[in-house]
Amino acid sequence: MSKIDKLIEVKDLRVSVEDTEILKGINLNIGEGEVHAIMGPNGSGKSTLANVIAGRPGYTVTGGDIVYKGESLLEVDPEIRARAGIFLAFQYPVELPGVRTWQFLKSAIDAVRKENGKDELSVREFDQLLEEKRKLVEMDPDLVKRSVNEGFSGGEKKRNEILQLALLDPSLALLDETDSGLDIDALRIVSHGVNIFKGPEKSVLIVTHYQRILDYITPDYVHVLVDGRIVRSGDSKLALELEEKGYEWVRGSIGEEVNS
Amino acid sequence: MQDTSTIGDKYEEDYELLSADLPDWTSDFRNEAMLAFKQIGLPIHRKGNEKWKYTNARPIAEPQYSLAKFEEIGLDTIKNVAPWNDSWVNVVFVNGLCQGIFTSDTASNIQVFNIASDELPPNIAKLVGGIVDYSDDGFAAWNSAFMSDGSVINVPDGDNSGTVINMIFFNQGLARTVNHPRVLVNSGKKSNINVIENYVGGGDNHTLTNSVSEIYVGESATVNHYRLMSETDHTYDVGYGRVKIDTDGKFNSRAFFRGCGIGRYDLNVLVDGENASCDLQGLYFTSGNQHMDNFINIDHSKPHCQSNLFYKGILDGNSRAVFGGTVLVRKEAQKTDSIQSDKNLILSPKAEVDSKPALFIYADDVKCAHGATAGNIDADTVFYMRSRGVDLETASRLIIYGFAGEVIDKVEIEELRSYLEKAFLTSLPNHRFEF
Ligand SMILES: Nc1ncnc2c1ncn2[C@@H]1O[C@H](COP(=O)(O)OP(=O)(O)OP(=O)(O)O)[C@@H](O)[C@H]1O
Ligand SMILES: [Mg+2]
Repeated sequence: MSKIDKLIEVKDLRVSVEDTEILKGINLNIGEGEVHAIMGPNGSGKSTLANVIAGRPGYTVTGGDIVYKGESLLEVDPEIRARAGIFLAFQYPVELPGVRTWQFLKSAIDAVRKENGKDELSVREFDQLLEEKRKLVEMDPDLVKRSVNEGFSGGEKKRNEILQLALLDPSLALLDETDSGLDIDALRIVSHGVNIFKGPEKSVLIVTHYQRILDYITPDYVHVLVDGRIVRSGDSKLALELEEKGYEWVRGSIGEEVNS
Repeated sequence: MQDTSTIGDKYEEDYELLSADLPDWTSDFRNEAMLAFKQIGLPIHRKGNEKWKYTNARPIAEPQYSLAKFEEIGLDTIKNVAPWNDSWVNVVFVNGLCQGIFTSDTASNIQVFNIASDELPPNIAKLVGGIVDYSDDGFAAWNSAFMSDGSVINVPDGDNSGTVINMIFFNQGLARTVNHPRVLVNSGKKSNINVIENYVGGGDNHTLTNSVSEIYVGESATVNHYRLMSETDHTYDVGYGRVKIDTDGKFNSRAFFRGCGIGRYDLNVLVDGENASCDLQGLYFTSGNQHMDNFINIDHSKPHCQSNLFYKGILDGNSRAVFGGTVLVRKEAQKTDSIQSDKNLILSPKAEVDSKPALFIYADDVKCAHGATAGNIDADTVFYMRSRGVDLETASRLIIYGFAGEVIDKVEIEELRSYLEKAFLTSLPNHRFEF
């Protein structure tokens, strides 16, 4: 199978929340097997971009398009996007009191499998798969017995996101600050999880504030988002440069947009 | 303004007819109650009536009911609608009257008597009515006056068999009838028992079940009490639970209300011995035009006691729920540790809950907390689930399961738990949260 060089195309995307424009014309193409990183100051719209791709309600797309595997996503429900292979690791994973992790993840994986013409997993098959992935992210076995994310520490929640990534094995992983709040060991484990997931048919978009995760997961492209626009794109060296010079440096260059 | 309905001649005639067949020891008790009933009547106004502030009892109080008559029914019918295990002590009532006791357990030392019978030992008979104060409560007075059938469960000291007494009150739904079940549980020192009171049935006709249960928790005894109610939109259900806990005793109550036209559970627990504790948990689900009122009072009068009051409600359709939970900590009740909470999941914009937990503390060295919540599911929760491929219906169901499961999962009796899972989870109407 030939490599799709445009797994997802974000075309001049404009997004508003309650009449405030947040994304002001984003262009971004991610090909199969590519890793992209998005950096940028707080409030610049990074999560908005990831959320809109995943189909989070509450945003209004006022212009442009998001085309995934050749089809527009704009009218597609979030669960359908998920089943088609889009996965969002949340910046703030949600607690689901009373909802058992096991039940939730089994429902999720069965829904994805069903959409792709596969049978539901048997309880045993699922148990095995869950155990395998749990070990991958070195998560405490007690945690998967609890309600989803309920009472989890910040780091445990992030690990749980990667556990779900590993289980659902999507085509496109959107990782929204999955590295924030992780200790050194957890960062290594989470990065390892992402690296295992990565492959010639898998694409990754990492939203981050720090170079450190990019030491583990080398991006092919780095984009800088400021005030709803991508103001600069480059290779992995751009992240290092940013770390050194800060956002003021790119703010100054707004307008000289260079796209990958 | 007249605050209560007057009692028609019909009830007096029925009372006279009933009296002819009942043992002598009940006469004084019943006569007194009948007098009170005539004086008090039934509540028909909410204004100025603290006990019935949020529930309109008028539809319950106004009709003239006939006394329900017994009709034998097949046990298969019962087993279809109620949890059952042959080894339990199963006591079946139809329309408030006892059909019989069914059990394969011949070893049990637990005594089960008919409440209005001559067999009842005098020391137990004198407990009847001991913890029910009907002086300002017409429904409880009415039940007491018409006490003609029901069960007395007498658990000997030290009986740790954990026997399950399964009382099923099956209502056939005979038009405009009232039945007055009556229960007394007397648990001996260091005993341990499980008691199920299950009110089920009803039909397309208006009926009223007006029950009173008195439970004495003996010294160092544990009583696990399960109250289930699952009737139809045409049934009214008013129930009283009156509990007194002795030193070191434990009362664990699990109440599951699956709905009826108007339901009211009035539970009053006297934590009346040092180191005694009660754990009262409940789950109610209302839909359509149903109404459920939980009116719960915990009275701490001795030091070093605990109480936990934890209720959850799921409301759909146009339904209403009321939660009135009052914890009273008297001056002598130092070192009381008490928590109460009521959480509601509102599935429909037209459903409403009045949740009024309250604390009255007169002791100075206590640990007490209370809280109430009512809410819809937030959009983030549902989006999180959908972003994993789970559709809206499944997400909604998992959330409701999760919410209800917190109470159901803790039920240790397996048949009961699986019954409740069905009643509250799998049979719930498919619900879709809209955003
Ligand atoms: N649902 C919303 N309602 C109102 N404002 C919103 C909403 N979502 C985002 N915004 C606003 O849009 C802007 C961009 O937010 P976004 O979360 O995308 O930023 P971010 O780049 O991810 O920031 P951070 O680095 O702090 O995570 C912010 O000003 C934010 O307040
Ligand atoms: Mg963000």
